[in-house]
Amino acid sequence: MTSTPPGAKLDLAGTLLGIRRMAPLSLFVVVFGLAFGVAALARGLSGLEAMLMSALVFAGASQFAALELWGPDIPLLPLIATTFAINARHLLMGAAIQPWLAHLPASQRYGCVVLMSDSNWAMAAADRQKGETNVGMLVGGGIALWLTWLLGTLLGVVFGSGIEEPERFGLDVIMGCFLLAMLVGGRRDPTMLVPWGAAALAALAAMAWLPPHSHVIVGALAGGMAGLLLPSPPAKESPA
Amino acid sequence: MTLPSTAVGAVMAILIMAVVTYVTRAGGVFVMSRVPIGPRVERFINAMAGSVLVAVITPMAMQGDWGARLALVATLVVMLTTQKALAAISAGIVTAALWRLWL
Repeated sequence: MTSTPPGAKLDLAGTLLGIRRMAPLSLFVVVFGLAFGVAALARGLSGLEAMLMSALVFAGASQFAALELWGPDIPLLPLIATTFAINARHLLMGAAIQPWLAHLPASQRYGCVVLMSDSNWAMAAADRQKGETNVGMLVGGGIALWLTWLLGTLLGVVFGSGIEEPERFGLDVIMGCFLLAMLVGGRRDPTMLVPWGAAALAALAAMAWLPPHSHVIVGALAGGMAGLLLPSPPAKESPA
Repeated sequence: MTLPSTAVGAVMAILIMAVVTYVTRAGGVFVMSRVPIGPRVERFINAMAGSVLVAVITPMAMQGDWGARLALVATLVVMLTTQKALAAISAGIVTAALWRLWL
């Protein structure tokens, strides 16, 4: 993010190109959506509720984590805190492309972030660094991901309801495996083991001694604080 | 503070999640157009993002059966070696299924 591109524009051609470029990757999203649909039914959501969550929330890890909190009663504060904490990375992603989006009218700027997700953001951010002015990758890529996420959820809801005793086939572990894959799939940084260790210990302590469901918030905050104790990353670009 | 997981309660919970998630998507753009996010805040957010997943997974591993634990181990190993999320998750599910069907 050294050079500043001249501007930004959003048009149909760029959006369609974004959809096409994301198409191969978004096929995998169908499978994740399917896993979410199956897991959601197993946790007692109706098919319609699972579809609604995929359509409106459109953030896989936080949706899987929300299923962990689902029961006869849904604890509100843990739900809000968990959703916010897992999706807090969006804050940084948005901040990173804000200088680019600033060239767009406010309605387009705050409209296209609805579709901002990890992979289309990453491709759009790479576009921007190459001097691309068209933000179609962000919007088109987001549309492709949103459609396939929804399609996958639908398939999971339709076929998942036919599966009896899903835990016999290991389907109850989808959530845990998905979240773990997301956790270690990101940027490799061994120093993160310090906050993650703190988070694990704090979560277990909260499970033992604090009210139910507080362990996610306690673990996340403990991890965040442990992160503050780490030395600053060396030779990283300083914020302008 | 809880919502019952009736149809209305569940839809309310989903709407709340949607609003919170949109706040994270728009928040970075909104804040950056006023104040830049400093390195300390960035470190906190970076550490917190992974930590929340750790805090969700750890109890699953502690409370689950050996099928669930081995599934997580399989996912971790495949993810670390191949970096392919789909393969890693499949390995986890298959491991749990094999453990429970034959043992």
